[in-house]
Amino acid sequence: MSSEPQAGPLSRRRFLGVAGAAGAGLAASTLPARAQAPTPDPLITEVQDWNRYLGEGVDKRPYGTPSRFEKHVMRRDVSWLTASPESSVNFTPLHELDGIITPSGLCFERHHGGIADIDPANHRLMIHGLVEKPLVFTMEDIKRMPRQNHVHFLECAANSGMEWRGAQLNGCQFTHGMVHNVMYTGVPLKLLLAEAGLKPNAKWLMLEGADSSGMNRSLPVMKALDDVLIAFAMNGEALRPEQGYPLRAVVPGWEGNIWVKWLRRIEVGDMPWQAREETSKYTDLLADGRSRRYTFIMDAKSVVTNPSPQAPLKHKGRNVLSGLAWSGRGTIKRVDVTLDGGKNWQSARIDGPVLDKSLTRFYVDFDWAGQDLLIQSRAMDSTGYVQPTKQELRKVRGANSIYHNNGIQTWHVKANGETENVEIA
Amino acid sequence: MSRSLKPVLLAGLAGLAILGTGPLIAQTAKPQAKAAAPAQAPAAKAPMLGLGRPALPEEIKAWDIAVRPDGKGLPPGKGTVKQGDEIFQAQCASCHGEFGQGNGRWPVLAGGVGSLTADRPEKTIGSFWPDLSTVYDYIRRAMPYGNAQSLSPDEIYALTAYLLYLNDIVKDEEFELSDKNFTSVKLPNAAAFYDDDRETTEKAFWGKEPCMKDCKAEVKITGRAAVLDVTPDSKSAPKVD
Repeated sequence: MSSEPQAGPLSRRRFLGVAGAAGAGLAASTLPARAQAPTPDPLITEVQDWNRYLGEGVDKRPYGTPSRFEKHVMRRDVSWLTASPESSVNFTPLHELDGIITPSGLCFERHHGGIADIDPANHRLMIHGLVEKPLVFTMEDIKRMPRQNHVHFLECAANSGMEWRGAQLNGCQFTHGMVHNVMYTGVPLKLLLAEAGLKPNAKWLMLEGADSSGMNRSLPVMKALDDVLIAFAMNGEALRPEQGYPLRAVVPGWEGNIWVKWLRRIEVGDMPWQAREETSKYTDLLADGRSRRYTFIMDAKSVVTNPSPQAPLKHKGRNVLSGLAWSGRGTIKRVDVTLDGGKNWQSARIDGPVLDKSLTRFYVDFDWAGQDLLIQSRAMDSTGYVQPTKQELRKVRGANSIYHNNGIQTWHVKANGETENVEIA
Repeated sequence: MSRSLKPVLLAGLAGLAILGTGPLIAQTAKPQAKAAAPAQAPAAKAPMLGLGRPALPEEIKAWDIAVRPDGKGLPPGKGTVKQGDEIFQAQCASCHGEFGQGNGRWPVLAGGVGSLTADRPEKTIGSFWPDLSTVYDYIRRAMPYGNAQSLSPDEIYALTAYLLYLNDIVKDEEFELSDKNFTSVKLPNAAAFYDDDRETTEKAFWGKEPCMKDCKAEVKITGRAAVLDVTPDSKSAPKVD
């Protein structure tokens, strides 16, 4: 190779031009002579191991896992957030996913007393209180009732909560990853309640888990009779233990905390219980020192997942911007995206199913010349709600409400493609 | 489908429609559903699927641990501040501190009164919680952390009394809390909560047609996450509120 003539300045410039046009991210400084006579790719010209030798047989993976090259695609936690891993949270790797369905093993976790380990044969669901006939159901009973399938997002009320005071965590996994979206299979709660027979003064239900936190929340009867499912399956198989196996509540569009896992008891009453999780927690402190309570609904929200701090831009020229939008009030009608910090917007292309109270996937296919980008997305839902900026939210609520931060996210893409969580004005 | 099966299937569909299942089924069975309209009331009187079995009084008693603000669910019992202090030091202080001040990152249970409009509010039982029933209910179901449902009703009354004392809501160490006087105790922040009002106070977020072109002249970056450097994989870890 050293005997080959050195490339002159002219041809070197030409090489750079060609490489740039082709969008190849190769190091331009090495061996410019190669460029004049491109060498064949040995991955093509030489027979590879996987092409020659037998792979593993069908009996090796009775329950399959992702490729060993996808090991980095995993839930992550932020250890400084909480005092104990059993009452804590981890985050869905949104930047590594596409479409709208979250793989079950990547759905973020939030527990208050660890993951209860329950044999379904030992699980019971009790319904009592203001009912004609208090009942106990086994899992077998529940699986004999008419069932439904629905795709819904589950978003923690505290998703993006660390960002109220400004840009803190560098990655959409951490700023927006307390959300997942799966297909649930279960029995409408109204069928279970009909079995017990609600008394006329029944106004509220209390859902309670079988775990060591005895998680309990008050749920208005109107919601229970509307679209709440008591689910035993997600994405076609039994719930994962960390998602409430064998039984959980699915409360479409409402904050994740009320989706009680390991559900064992439903008490019917005429007033809310004011449980710890609806007084001390999951109430929203405003600037005047007063607090909103029963802020159940998750408002319209969106985030660009790619590019993002964990998924920088690697190529000039053609790129795919991808993101997620969702609303607890209905379907996503439109998502607008800006690349220049909100000076100019374009409506993104929504692809895939647009479902009620579900994650919705959007794309913008764009060319990048290497300039700084300030990327934002703005969701609009079927009720006409337009996702606000963080400044607009803080103006109403202050910076201490912890929950329900659905403000517009900004990513700063720098000339080298590196991307950072920023706030802009 | 064979002709003879049809009536059975229709009857099945009608049954589902009465229960108000998904729109697809309801549509299919429309004529039947109309006839059965009165049964659509939420408070259905009779068991419709015959699944499940009656819950026995002993079973309800074993699981029915919730306590409401009006005192419903409180078990008979009593305990004093002094007794609570003793139990607290043995069962709770290793995490929550001798005086409920919280060790390390474990929750602070007392203090913070008047801090709710501060830059960094301290939300404790005394400064923030609206109802004493929540204290009893939560200790009863979830504390001590890692050994839940191990305390007797009297022990929980005593601990609740001690927490009132730590929060200066009762001043007398001889104070005895019981199922009889429980609902007479009011917490300082009780009136500061109101129901979700977003549809009124955040009305401006609805129905606007947002700007699409030449929306602003200048954009400047006002904050960056990389400056804080607290994302996992980075070296420092800050104190958390």
